[in-house]
Amino acid sequence: MLSRRVIPCLDVAGGRVVKGTRFVDLVDAGDPVELAARYAAEGADEIVYLDISATPEGRGTLLELVERTARTVFIPLTVGGGVRAVHEMRDVLRAGADKISLNSAAVADPTLITRCAARFGRQALVVAIDAARESPAGEPGRWIAYVRGGRERTGLDAVAWAERAVELGAGELLVTSIDRDGTGTGFDTELLRAISERVAVPVIASGGAAGPADFVRAIRDGGADAVLAASIFHRRIHSIGAIKAAMAEAGLAVRIVPGVAA
Amino acid sequence: MITIAVADYGAGNLVSIARALEVVGAQPVVVRDAEALRGADALIVPGVGAAGPAMDRLRRRGLVEPIRAWIAAGRPFLGICLGLQLLFDGSDEDGALTLGALAGRTVRLDGAPTLPHIGWNSVDQLVAGHPLLAGIEPGTAFYFVHSYVVAPRDPAIVLAESEHGSRFPAAIAAGNLLGVQFHPERSGPDGLRLLANFVAIAAGSVAGVSQGAGARAEVPA
Repeated sequence: MLSRRVIPCLDVAGGRVVKGTRFVDLVDAGDPVELAARYAAEGADEIVYLDISATPEGRGTLLELVERTARTVFIPLTVGGGVRAVHEMRDVLRAGADKISLNSAAVADPTLITRCAARFGRQALVVAIDAARESPAGEPGRWIAYVRGGRERTGLDAVAWAERAVELGAGELLVTSIDRDGTGTGFDTELLRAISERVAVPVIASGGAAGPADFVRAIRDGGADAVLAASIFHRRIHSIGAIKAAMAEAGLAVRIVPGVAA
Repeated sequence: MITIAVADYGAGNLVSIARALEVVGAQPVVVRDAEALRGADALIVPGVGAAGPAMDRLRRRGLVEPIRAWIAAGRPFLGICLGLQLLFDGSDEDGALTLGALAGRTVRLDGAPTLPHIGWNSVDQLVAGHPLLAGIEPGTAFYFVHSYVVAPRDPAIVLAESEHGSRFPAAIAAGNLLGVQFHPERSGPDGLRLLANFVAIAAGSVAGVSQGAGARAEVPA
C-alpha cells in the first residue's frame, strides 16, 4: 500500500539552514545535511530544501549543498526556489536532487512547466502554489495565488492555477496556505480539498501544522497525499516518528522506520 | 573491488546511485560512451522520464549496441525505473521502440488513484529466496516515482509486485537481467541492502567467469 508521506522542509541560504519569518530576522540554524540526515533516520519520507538565497553566490553554494546531501542522505530530495530555466533545473538535478519545485517562475512563464516536464519528465517537477483565501468565512472558498515568498498577489485563482499547472506538466503540487503558514492553526483543509478534488497528481499539504491531528486532517479532510512541515520539526515540538505513529493510529498507511522511538 | 558501470544518458540524478554503490563497497564508474564500459564487472541503467528521449540519448552516445551486447553476453545487469522499462520491446508512453531484451511492453499504470505514482509503497515478494532480495523483509516499502509499468509477456520473470490502483511488477529477474521499478538509491537502508545484493551477485558472476569461459573478453567495445 502506498504510504502517506511526511516531509520536513528546510529553508536554506548560503548553504546553511535559516529560520525566520517572511524572509526577515533570519537566524543561522545549522548544517542542512546534518539536519536532513537526522530527519531521514527519524523516518522522513523525503526532504525539501527551499533555497531563499538572494545572490548568485548563494545559488552556487546551493548546488554544492545538494550534492553533499545526495551523497549522504538516501531518501528523495526536492529543491525549490530560484529555478527559472530548464538549464537551471538540469544543474540542480545533476547535483543530485530528484525533483525541483517551481513557483514564481512558473507563474511568470507557464511554458516553463511544459519545457521542464518535457526534458526531465513530470515526475521530477513539483509546482508550488502559495494561496490566500479571499472569500468571507461561510461562503464558498476562493483563493488567490501569491508569488515571491507570499509577497506579491497574482490575481490568479489558486484552484484554477493548480488545474492549469497539472495540464501543463506538473507531476505534483505543493499547496501552502499563506493564511495558516506559521500560525499553528492547522492546514487549510478546504483549500486542499478544492485542489485535490480537481487534479489527479499527488498533493502535498503545507502551512499551519501544529500537531499530529493536523496531519491526519490534511489527508482525511483535505485529500492530501503528503504533508510538509518545518518549524514543528526544527523546534522539536514533535518528532517525525511521533507524527507517523499518530497517523498510523488513525488508520493511515505510513512507513514506520524500525528502531525509531515515537 | 567490483566495478559497476552506471550508464549516464542525461536521464536524472546519478550522484545518488554512484554514492550508494560506494557505500555498499563497489566502485562506480559513470559511463557516457562504449569505451568507458570496458573493464566494468556489472552494468546499471538508471533513469527517469520518457522512453523515446532516453533511447535517443543512448543512441547519440553510442551506447545502445554495447548495452545489447552486454545483455546478450549474459553479464550482470540492473535496470532501475526507466532502466527496467527499456529492457522490453517498446513503450506505450510515446510509442518508442526500446531494447527488446525481454518480451513485453511498458504500459500506463492502470486504475491509479493518483499519477504519477510517487512515494513509498510496499513490495510483495512473489519468489522466495532470490539473491536480489536477500535480507529484505516481505512487504518492505521502497520509493517509487513513475507513471508507467512493465507488462512482461512471461509472468514468471516477476520477482515482486506492488499495488497502486492495480498490481504491477516491482522487480523482475530473467537470468542475468535484473530490474526494479522503484529507486533503491532513494529507499534508505533497505535500498542500500538491495544494491549490496546486486554487488554480491555481480561478484559471484565475476568469480564464475574468471574460472571459466571468459565472457568478458567477448563483449565488443
